[in-house]
Formats: sequence, structure tokens, C-alpha cells
Amino acid sequence: MALSEQTFVADAPPAWVSILRMLWRDKFAFCAAVFLLVVILCALFGPTLLEDIATKQNLRGRNAAPFDFSLHWTMWLGGDALGRPLFARIIVAARNTMFIATGAVICSMAIGTTLGLIAGYSSRMASQIIMRLADVIMSFPSLLLAVIVLYMLAPSVGNLIVVLAITRIPVYLRTSRAEVLEVRERMFVQAAQVMGASTNRIVFRHILPVVFPTLVTIATLDFAFVMLAESSLSFLGIGIQPPEITWGLMVSQGRPYLTTAWWLSFWPGLAIILTTLSLNLLSNWMRTALDPVQRWRLETPRQKNA
Amino acid sequence: MPDHLLEVRGLSVDFHTVRGTVHAVRDVSWHLDRGECLAILGESGSGKSVSASAIMNLIDCPPGQIVSGEILFDGKNLLKMNAEARRQLNGKRIAMIFQDPLSHLNPVYTIGFQIEEIMTAHDVPKDKARARCLELLQRVGIPDFENKIDAYPHQFSGGQRQRIMIAMALALKPDILIADEPTTALDVTVQAQILALLEELQQETGMGLLLITHDLGVVAEVADRVVVMNSGQIVETGSAAQVYRAPKHPYTKKLIGAIPGTGEMAAPLGTGIKPMMEINGLTKHFGGFVALEDASLTVLPGETVAIVGESGSGKSTLAKTLLRLEDATSGEALYHGRDLVKMTASELFELRREIQMVFQDPTQSLNPRMSVYDIVSEAFAIHPEILPKAKWKNRVCELLEQVGLEAGHMHRYPHQFSGGQRQRIAIARALALEPKLVVCDEAVSALDVSVQAQVIDLLNKLQQDMGLSYLFIAHDLPLVRDFAHRVVVMQSGRIVEQGPVAQIFDNPRMDYTRNLMAASLDPDPDVQAERRRARHQLQEEAV
Repeated sequence: MALSEQTFVADAPPAWVSILRMLWRDKFAFCAAVFLLVVILCALFGPTLLEDIATKQNLRGRNAAPFDFSLHWTMWLGGDALGRPLFARIIVAARNTMFIATGAVICSMAIGTTLGLIAGYSSRMASQIIMRLADVIMSFPSLLLAVIVLYMLAPSVGNLIVVLAITRIPVYLRTSRAEVLEVRERMFVQAAQVMGASTNRIVFRHILPVVFPTLVTIATLDFAFVMLAESSLSFLGIGIQPPEITWGLMVSQGRPYLTTAWWLSFWPGLAIILTTLSLNLLSNWMRTALDPVQRWRLETPRQKNA
Repeated sequence: MPDHLLEVRGLSVDFHTVRGTVHAVRDVSWHLDRGECLAILGESGSGKSVSASAIMNLIDCPPGQIVSGEILFDGKNLLKMNAEARRQLNGKRIAMIFQDPLSHLNPVYTIGFQIEEIMTAHDVPKDKARARCLELLQRVGIPDFENKIDAYPHQFSGGQRQRIMIAMALALKPDILIADEPTTALDVTVQAQILALLEELQQETGMGLLLITHDLGVVAEVADRVVVMNSGQIVETGSAAQVYRAPKHPYTKKLIGAIPGTGEMAAPLGTGIKPMMEINGLTKHFGGFVALEDASLTVLPGETVAIVGESGSGKSTLAKTLLRLEDATSGEALYHGRDLVKMTASELFELRREIQMVFQDPTQSLNPRMSVYDIVSEAFAIHPEILPKAKWKNRVCELLEQVGLEAGHMHRYPHQFSGGQRQRIAIARALALEPKLVVCDEAVSALDVSVQAQVIDLLNKLQQDMGLSYLFIAHDLPLVRDFAHRVVVMQSGRIVEQGPVAQIFDNPRMDYTRNLMAASLDPDPDVQAERRRARHQLQEEAV
């Protein structure tokens, strides 16, 4: 028997190697991961390197058209209404944008999922209270809520995250609760109960892994929503204020010039689209990679269909 | 004039999947005549349904591909016809009924509408369709059919739904009725009624009946001829009696050898042994509904107590109440003198080690996202006092080998195993806690006959090695006959009879038990003919 153990039970390669290998198998997801890595690097180092260039006005370069390669390389994507280079501004804006969107999405997902798990698995009473709370948030126009909160608190990045997170909580809450109600009736949960598993164990080991992929998919879709919601708050004057910049703010600043200088809104808009698209592709890959039933699609070499 | 009503010649069907081509059936030939009942017998994955699907044009192409062969119906090759011509035949001349009538009836339409739809789809005027529908419902034995015609599928019982499916299939007086596992989801008594109905209808209309089944008992009850299939090929054909009495192919021999209900019945354990579990007056109400009423029974150490009864008789409720998945309304369950029903959570936690459960469907009772190692070792994670973490791996290996799996399987996931292997994993998980009593809720019902026999052998072996007691919930009487020491018969929440297995099977006292025995199907066609006579007698007495 000792022999069979050694021969058969070889440990799998380290986790990160197999993860990278699975990522490489899905080329779209691989590109998406690379793009997101670039965005994150921009967010981390962009402001320190390009802050000065991005805020320097140059009235001769007002609404400069893109692809004029005679200009400085930061102007290749064109200039904005005050002649500031768009390329540099997009890189600098990555920090605020990513910080707000990631913060808001992660906060709302964490809080919403936790409440959803409680509502789905604990007593009826707790469930009722949490669900009515969610109804209150949902019935309140989110913009109105944001206006009130930001009027009372100073408009800052932190407060913006709080407001956006609150308005998005019900989405995760309702989804996770509905899924928990279904999953908790499955036989393997009963099997765990019979073994004497604690509530924590059942919720985190058996229920959450089943619910998680759905929530991640919603989160990636929400990412785009949060970026745009943030820009409309900025438009109302209660979000991020110039000279601070975000992609959403850049889109709304470029709106008056849409007919004459499309590139003002187009480039930051493209950045938003590419980021959310990458997130979607990556979450799609993750869903497959996390599911043992589907994982073989990423492990075996693809066969050529005759 | 063609030789046969329906003839399949040299049919081969492939399925192209990502993991390579699967030859679902290879070179299959059989025929069906008017007024005859042909059974296709095989275990899951044997390809027994594929040829029927090919007849009904139900194979998805791709991934399926009909590689070769022809299907002659009235001398015309179905495979060469266009889709519209085949639609004209389907339902009208060839009809089909399925295993699970609930999923094949549309829940948002009345049954009357659905039966009429078959006829209106084939250009029968609406008023005639309605009249025929009433006639059919009466014929298949739906009580109060004039009102029930406007009821929805959920308002009927499983047996009634299958009758409705049959009515639907018979609406246009087809020449051939294909029945794919028509009684697998039904109770034994209902199964007997449905099979009797099919047989009567066949005699009345003279149609050919093609029965696809895994149950030799069903074959013995209705089939004239039988085709035995194994991994896509026909291994044997012949009359039902001939195949049962003198099987030629080793596979058929193995299949017939695996049938339960032929061995020695176990003698009851000696008297004077102190029972490990004493249940007194256990009762469970769901609102006003009585699921379990005043149930009392005992389990001795090392004993197998079988609980039999039809669905809804309270068997599973009893199990769930014992494991505290449901709280009992009243009564007590003494485990070594301590009352399970009134235990606090922490007392119960310790007791979980001693009483374990194996569920009906291993596909659902194993978490699909956990590897076999995680599933089995979870027991140690929950009860850390059993084993230090360093020894988990060795113990999991041991357990897997004990239930007949390999240690190398432990990094795989449940979906990579067959049904029987999955149930072994579930048993390994239950054994990890070193229990004294294992509750098996229909633990082998979802498995093929030969796999069933293997799992029962395993359970027997474990009982001998470790002195386990089993509370074995089942609806399959022959299985219980071979496996149990004592039998408890339940009906609508009450225990109607209990005693040693020999007493219950040879000398049942209650009418209900006798009915249950008479309804259960024996694989021997002659015995089955005998039983049918006995059943008719019981019915006449009742009238």
C-alpha cells in the first residue's frame, strides 16, 4: 500500500503554475489580464511620472486632433479643451478611476454578499429585516441618495466610494440570497449537516463557492456602471472635481465638443470599454477555471475539429 | 408487403464530443411486429435509448451522427425521409412515452389542452379532439375525468401523470408505442398498474410496443421478446423466458446473476442483545400534514433494519428526523439510552460521529467543487479529534481502498466517476467518522443492477468487518429480502408491520404488505405470471 501511495498520489504542480498555464490556454483572457496589468501599473505610477505634463495647459494645442505625430508623443491622442495632452491625462486619471471603481465594487460586493448569505441562511426574522433594508435602498433613486450623502459629507474619493457602494449593495444582496436559498436545499449541504459541520463551514465551504462565480460576473458588469455613475456625480458637481480627473469625468467634459472634437470623449470612453471588456473576459475565464466540471477545457490541448 | 412493422437494420450512431468520438450504438438490428412487445434491456450507457431516439428523429446532429444502417417502417426507410414527412409519422403512427412524466408535461397548460394538441397538430378538428380526449382519459383510468380534463399536471400523482402521457401517446391510435423506462420513477404498486394498462391497451389496439428498460422484472411482466444490449451492441436476443432460463452471453449471465431476491434470507440476530437505538412513538407533522405518526422500532448492534413503503409513506421523514435534519413533533429516539430528539447542539455534534447517512443520489450528495480528498477528509476537519492533520492523507487512501477505489483517485472530482463509484465515495465519507449506525436512504436505487449488487456486497462486508448497523430505506423489495435482518413496512406515515425478513416475505400479515409483495416484479417470467394471477385475485377480493 505504501508503494501505491507514492506512485499514485503525486502532488499537483504549484497552484500559480497551473493557473498561468490555464490562463495561457485562453488567449482572450490572457490578453485581458495583460491589459489590466498595464492599467494597474498606470494607476500606480502614472500620476508620479506624468502629473506635471497632464495638467500643463497649452492654449495653442486646444482640441488638437489626434495622430499628429509632429507633436510631442503625449499629444498623439490629441489635446483637450485647454490643450492638455489626452494620453497623459488618461494615464493619470487611471488612478482615481480604478480606485473609486474597485473600491466601490469590492465594498458593495463584500457587504452585499455577506448580508445575502445571512439573509439566505439564518433566521426568517433576520432575512426579513435585511430584505426590507434592501428594498428601501432600491426604492430610493440612487442619484438622490448620492446628492444627500455628498451634501452632508464633503465630496471626496472616500465618500464617493461609500455612496456608490451603498447604491449597488442590493444587487449582490438579492442575487446571493436567491442563490443561497436554492443551494442550501441541495443534498451535499444536508450531507455536511449530517457530519456535524458548523454553519460557518457550510456557508463558506459549501455554499459560497457555488454562488461566487455569479457574483463575480455581476461585479465585472457593475464595474462599468460604477465608472459612469461616478462621472454623472462629477457632472452634478458633487463627485470628483477638477483638477482631479477620472475617465468618467473626461467623457462628460468632452461632451460639449462631441461634434467638433470627438476624441475628447472617445479615448477615455475607449479606456472604460477596454477595462470592462477585459474584466468580463477574465471573469469568464475564472468561472471556467474555478469549476472542476468545466476546468478540463483549459487543461487539455484543443483538438482540431475535422 | 414488408416483413415487419418496424425494422432496424445495422444501425450505428456516433457522438462527436470534444474528448473524441463515442460509438453510442454499433451495428444494431432488431424488428417489431404488430401486437408484439419487444423489450430492449440494458444498463445506463448501454445505448438502449439511442435506437429509439433515432426512430423518433430525436438525435441531435451534430454532435450525433447516424453512420450507417436503415430504419424501415412499413417498408419505408425513415432515415431517407425529410423532416416534414417524419413529423407526420411522429405522434400519429409512432408515439413515445418517457420516464419522467412531470418533466414532459408542460406545467402551464391543462392536460386536456396538451392531449388535444397532439390531435390538432395532425389536423383533427377541435371538437372531435375534445371528445376523443375525454374518451382517452376514461380509458386510461383517470378518476373524475370530465372535470380533471381542465386540471394542470401538478394536480395529478406520478402514476396519473404517466397515465396522461399514455393517453397522449394513444390519441391518434399509433401503430407503435415506444416506452422509455415508463415505470422507473413510480412505486411498485403503481408500476404494476401502469404495465397492466399498457398490456391491455396493446391487446385492444394491436399496436407494437417497444419497451426500453433496465429492469428484468418489467421484462418478465410484459415482454414477448427481449434484446439485451451492452456498450452499444446487442449481445443477446430471444424470448423473455428463453433469455432468463438459458442466457448464452456472459454479460446476460452476469446481469441475471446480479438480480437480488434469490439468495438466502438472513436469520434474525439472537435475542437478549441490548438495542443500540430505540425509537418510541416518533411523530412529525408538517403543519396539518402528518408525515410520521407514532413510529416505534429498535435497531440492534450489527443489524440491518430495512424500511420499505411507497413514496410518501414517511420513510425518508423518519431518517431525517433521526438525523435531526428535521425536528420531531413528539416522541423519543434513544441512542444507547440518550434521547436524540431532545439533544442540544453540542451533544448532537459528538453523536454525529456515531450516526451517519448515505444519500440516494451520489451526484447530488457530493459537492461538485470539492475533490475526493476534500470530501472525505472534511470529516476530519469537522471532528479534529479523530485524526491529526498529518495523517489525513494516509487515512483517506485507506478509506478509498476499503470501499474499492484507488488511492490515486483522491485528487479527482466527483463528475469524473461513474454512479457506482460516486456512491462508494459517499460511503467512504460516511465511514471516515467511524460510525456505528449508517442510515442509507435509497442508497442504491439510482444505480444499475450489477453496480447495485457490488455496493450491497460492500455494505455487507463493512458490516462484518466493523460491526455496523444499517437503517436501510428502500422501495426495492428483492434487494431488501437479500440484505436485511428485519423489515419495517410503512404506509402513509405509520408502521403497519414489522418483523424478521423471513416472516415478512413468506408470511405477511397485513393486506398492504401482501399487495406490496404481489406488485413487486420478479425477473422470472413464470413466477411473474403466477404473481399476476395472485394480484388479480387480491383485486377481486377487494371488489
